[in-house]
Amino acid sequence: MAHFTKATSIKDWLNQRLAVDKVEKVMMSEYWIPKNINFLWAMGMVLVITFALLVVSGIFLLMYYVPTVEGAFYSVNYTIMREVDFGWLWRHIHGVAASVVFLIIYIHMFTGIYYGSYKKGREMIWISGMLLFVAFSAEAFSGYMLPWGQMSYWAGMVITNLFAGGSLHADGLVEWIRGDYVPAQAFLGRFFMLHVLLIPLAIIGLIGLHFGALRIPHVNNQDGEEIDFDAESKKYLDGDKAGSKVMRFANDFMSKDMMVVGIYLIFFFYLVFYNYGFAMDPVNFDPADGLKTPAHIYPEWYFLWSYEILRPFSVDLGLILFAFAQVIFVLLPFLDRSPNSVPANRRGMFAIWFWVMLVNMIILTAMGKLPPEDPFSTIGFYSAIVFVGQWLLLPVITMFEKKV
Amino acid sequence: MKNKEPLILAVVVFFSLVTYYLVEPYAHHVMHKHVDSENFAYADLPALTKTGDAASGQDLILGAGCTGCHSIEVAGMPAPMDAVMAAQSYGVNPPDLSNAGAIYDEKFLAALIKNPAHALKVEHKFDESKGQMHPMIAFYGMGGDIDQEVADMVAYLKSIALKPEEITPAMAFENACGRCHAVAYEKWSQIGTEPNFKYEKDALEYGIRVIEYQDSLKAYMGKLPPDLSMYIRSRNEHFISTLIENPQNHLAGTAMPRVGVTAESAEKVIEHLRNAGDPKRHERASVGMYTMIYIVIFAIFAFLWKKQVWRDLH
Repeated sequence: MAHFTKATSIKDWLNQRLAVDKVEKVMMSEYWIPKNINFLWAMGMVLVITFALLVVSGIFLLMYYVPTVEGAFYSVNYTIMREVDFGWLWRHIHGVAASVVFLIIYIHMFTGIYYGSYKKGREMIWISGMLLFVAFSAEAFSGYMLPWGQMSYWAGMVITNLFAGGSLHADGLVEWIRGDYVPAQAFLGRFFMLHVLLIPLAIIGLIGLHFGALRIPHVNNQDGEEIDFDAESKKYLDGDKAGSKVMRFANDFMSKDMMVVGIYLIFFFYLVFYNYGFAMDPVNFDPADGLKTPAHIYPEWYFLWSYEILRPFSVDLGLILFAFAQVIFVLLPFLDRSPNSVPANRRGMFAIWFWVMLVNMIILTAMGKLPPEDPFSTIGFYSAIVFVGQWLLLPVITMFEKKV
Repeated sequence: MKNKEPLILAVVVFFSLVTYYLVEPYAHHVMHKHVDSENFAYADLPALTKTGDAASGQDLILGAGCTGCHSIEVAGMPAPMDAVMAAQSYGVNPPDLSNAGAIYDEKFLAALIKNPAHALKVEHKFDESKGQMHPMIAFYGMGGDIDQEVADMVAYLKSIALKPEEITPAMAFENACGRCHAVAYEKWSQIGTEPNFKYEKDALEYGIRVIEYQDSLKAYMGKLPPDLSMYIRSRNEHFISTLIENPQNHLAGTAMPRVGVTAESAEKVIEHLRNAGDPKRHERASVGMYTMIYIVIFAIFAFLWKKQVWRDLH
C-alpha cells in the first residue's frame, strides 16, 4: 500500500489520493500539440461542445417527453413547445445541434482524409472516429422517431424495411426489430430506450476511446511533418516557447479552440433562433398517420448521400451498395496503400480523388433529397457508380504514388 | 509561412452553403408546386355594380329565408338548430352572419348568395345537372333587380358587422375555418371552444357531441378535415395563404371550399395559427437577441485570450 502522510493542503491531500497534478499534466499542460495546425484542428472541441449542448438540452426534454404513440406528439409539440418554460428553446437547441453536429463531423472527417491523419499509427483514431459516426447516426435516427410525426413514422417504416434484405425477404427480422408488423408502441419504446440510454452510453465510451487513441501517435499537423515530441517539448519547457514546434494543449491550443468555439456558437445560435427550419422538417409537424404516406419521404440531410447509393439500383444491388457505403470509410487506412502521410495536395492522383469524393458526395446528397425522377435519378445513378468506383480505385492509385 | 486559414475557411463555407442550397431551397422548390398569390382579388368574380341599401337588405335577408339556417346573433336571431343537428342536416354547421360583412370579401358574398357552389369553387362536387345540390340554396331574386337585391343584402351584412380591424384572429378563424377544422392546442373543436368540465360525465357528453358532429362532417367532406394546431410549422405561411385563397390551386378536386376571406382576414387566420403552433415566437425573438449579444461578447473575449496566449508562441 502506498505511504500517506498528513496533508499540508487540500491540493496535497488530493494529490496523494488522485495524483491531480499528474493528471493535469497528462491531460492539459503537458499534452503536446504541434503548432503548425489550423482551425480545422479545433473541430474536435467544437464537437465536444455540440455534444454537451445535445446532452444538456436532451436532459431537459427528457423530463417532459412521453414515449407513447398516443402521447409523444402532444408532449413534444404542446407540452414542451407551449407549456414548459423555455421548452421551445431546449427543443430547438436539440434539433439544430443534432443536424449541425453532422456538418462538423463531416468537416472533421474530410479534414482527416485531406491531411492523411488516418495513417502511420493513427489508424485507431480513424476507426474509433468512424465508430462514433455510426453511433451518432444511430442516435440521430432513433431520436428522429421520438416526436412521432409523419416523417418519424415513415422513415421508421422505410429504414426498418431495409433489414428484410431485399430478395432474402427476412420479414421476420423486420418484425422482430419493430416488435410489431408496423412501427407502433413497441417500436417507439425501444427506440426511446436506445436514444436516451444505450447509444449515448456507447457514444461516451467511444469518445473516450477516440481521445485515448490520440495520445500515442499525437495529433497530426497540416504539413505532414514528423515531429520529435520529446525533443520539442523539452525545448518548450526550457523556455524556448517561440522556437519549439509544439505547444501545450492548455492553455495554448485551448485558447484557440475557444476562439473557434466562440465563432461557431455565433453561427449555431443564429441557426437556433433564426434559421432552424432545415433541422426540423415541416412534414414531421403532422402527427404520424399509418394510412397517409407523405408525398416525399427523405431522410435528414446527413443520410442523403448513402440513401442515394441505395435508391437508383434494383433492391438487392442497392442494398449491397448501401452496405458497402456504410462500412467502406472505416477501411480507409488499409485501402490507402501510399506510404505518404502528407496533405492531399502533395499526393498527385490522391488530391484528385479527394476533391472528386467531396464533390460527388455533395451531388449524392442533393440527389438523395430530390424526387426520384429524371434528370435527378440519372445523375444519382452515375454519382453512385462514381462513389463505388472511387473506392475500388483507391488502392490502385495510392499503390503507385511516389514517395514524397 | 503564409496564413492559409482564410482560404480554408472559404472552402469550408463554400461547400457547406452549396450543400445547404441544394438540399433546402432548391430541393423544396422542385418538390413543391409554387402557387402565386392572387392577392385575394377574386378576379374571377364580378364586381358589385350597384350601391347597396342596408335597410332594404335587412328585409331581403329575412324574406329570403337566410335565417332559416344561419344565425345573426348580433341582430338577436339565434341559430335555429344546435351545431350537431345542423351538421346532421347540412353536412356542416352554417356560419353565424353577424360579422360576415367584415370577414369575407363583398364580391365573394354577392357571388355566394347567387350561386354558392360557383363562389365556393366546389362545382365539381355539386353539379346541379346531376342532382347534386349544394346545401345552401341559391338566391334567385325577390322579383326586382337581382344585382340590386344582392348588393342590398351585402350592405346589410356590412352594416351590422364589427369594423374589420375589430375582428380578432380567433374570430376570423372560427367563422371562416373553425366549423370544419379543429385546433386542439387552442381547445377548439368544430362545435366551439371546449369548456372546462367539473364532472367527467359532462366532458364525455361533450366529447360525444364532437364525435357526432365530426361524423356528419366526414360524410359531407369525404374525410375529417385535419386539426390545424401545428399547421404553421408543417406548412409554410405562403402555402396556407394561397390555400385559403383558392384550395383548388393546391389540391385540385379537393372538397375544401374557397371561403372568400379578405386579405386582412386571411392574415388574421394565419395569425391565429401562429398563436396555436408557434406561441413563443415573440419570446424566441427577444431571447435570441440577448443570446446573440452574449455569444458575440464571449467570442470577443475568447479571441483576446487567444491573442494573449499566443503572443509568446511565435
